[in-house]
Amino acid sequence: MAGFLALSEAVGTLINDGDTVALEGFTHLIPFAAGHEIIRQQKRDLTLIRMTPDLIYDQLIGMGCARKLIFSWGGNPGVGSLYRFRDAIENGGPNPLEIEEHSHAGLANAYVAGASNLPFAILRGYLGTDLPKFNNRIATVECPFTGEKLAAVPAVNPDVSIIHAQQADKAGNVMIWGIIGIQKEAILAARRSIITVEEVVEKLEPRPGAIILPGWVVTAVSHVPRGSFPSYAQDYTVRNNRFYQDWGNISRERESFLAWMQENIMADSGRSLVVGY
Amino acid sequence: MAQTLTYTSDEMMTVAAAQMLKNNTVCFVGIGLPSAAANLARATHAPKCVLIYESGTMGAKPTRLPLSIGDGELAETADFVIPLPEVFNYWLQAGRIDVGFLGAAQVDRFGNINTTVIGSYEKPQVRLPGAGGAPEIATCTKEVIIILRQHPRAFVEKLDFMTSVGHLTGGDSRQKLGIKTKGPTAVITQLGILRPDPETKELTLTELHQGITVEQVKAATAWNLKIAADLRETQPPNPEELAILRALQSRSEGRK
Repeated sequence: MAGFLALSEAVGTLINDGDTVALEGFTHLIPFAAGHEIIRQQKRDLTLIRMTPDLIYDQLIGMGCARKLIFSWGGNPGVGSLYRFRDAIENGGPNPLEIEEHSHAGLANAYVAGASNLPFAILRGYLGTDLPKFNNRIATVECPFTGEKLAAVPAVNPDVSIIHAQQADKAGNVMIWGIIGIQKEAILAARRSIITVEEVVEKLEPRPGAIILPGWVVTAVSHVPRGSFPSYAQDYTVRNNRFYQDWGNISRERESFLAWMQENIMADSGRSLVVGY
Repeated sequence: MAQTLTYTSDEMMTVAAAQMLKNNTVCFVGIGLPSAAANLARATHAPKCVLIYESGTMGAKPTRLPLSIGDGELAETADFVIPLPEVFNYWLQAGRIDVGFLGAAQVDRFGNINTTVIGSYEKPQVRLPGAGGAPEIATCTKEVIIILRQHPRAFVEKLDFMTSVGHLTGGDSRQKLGIKTKGPTAVITQLGILRPDPETKELTLTELHQGITVEQVKAATAWNLKIAADLRETQPPNPEELAILRALQSRSEGRK
């Protein structure tokens, strides 16, 4: 059964330097608060996995937490560039960042294989692209029945996966609804997991389109209201589009980025940011 | 009575893209011009057009243009919402989507696309966002419409990186790779519309937007652009299309 832990304790006890860590949430329920806690605890040499490294990964990379990034699209969605991600790849700052790059279809299937405890996934993908030239973890297999050539990618099995969800009950069963992305696969693929939730309820009520992660597959649940700010949690909080638009200016230069992180994340629990923005 | 409408080049591109969508078309939509075009089509001539956003919102019917594919309104107005592996496996890879819209940082004469890097992969001058859903959209949707602004640094002789295939090296090279779908059928720019030659698959200027000259389009293309013998003028936006598009945009959160 999942244990209820304070977020600082969950991050402190479950994530080690050098671990492979996935923070998922496809444009919705992005676990910002957990990412900030990783930054505050100054975890190092992480291999970070995320289909869409966006603002929270820009912050993790810019604060020197990452050694390697496994991803399929890195940008500020609907806005533009991620300057810290670009700085790391273009200039090696603050430290060199190794990358393993996929398409969405490839990485989504790698999570499915991980959740299924299979060694690799197959898909009809990557045809004609240059990606396999630079990523030796994209291979080709032949279908034993038809002879069709298909792409193969190895399973991803993070040491720790982290997601944000709307609700947990007191037994640690977790419910997510709205855009559900790759969260279920990310948790089931991982050795350990942390789920931050908006609310802890007596009983989870059935909802159309909702998914449940039973407490017995989850390592730790932390009650963190607004834990996905500035992304959103459907039926709880709305997306703060202004923050996404402001992020470009905050993060464009290393100095302004570090000053902002120091003031809003390192020296503060991050809560005043959430409330005040 | 002649009446001169004024509209922006973005509006021209959006309307041209919308006009390519038929009623009942199932389209895979990204944020920006494709999203505006698909919603404009839905509000005008193609009310049954099905909009699929990559976030898994199937049949979304937003009343304003989303800033992100994660905007809550997409999930709230969708017929149903699915997890990501289903988006790519059951719907895209299985061939259930008619039209995919793609943007690009670079496109070449065969409609191949780069969204990965400018410069070398290992030491890029500019690191771009990368592939996302594009490589499989490019090969699995029944056809692809590319939308981007035309200038010589975007319409290049040679891509810095092949992120998503168009017509590869032309002719039947796309089919020879084992791809069964049509690939890019149109490239819409602020200057005109390019379509692949039926045989060679080389992008050819087939339509010019009102007020644009062939010389302008050639100057914006780094290769020696072929011009169709029966070059036509694009249908410009009409007042109704402009009114609906502007209303969609004025309702959009966080837009200037």
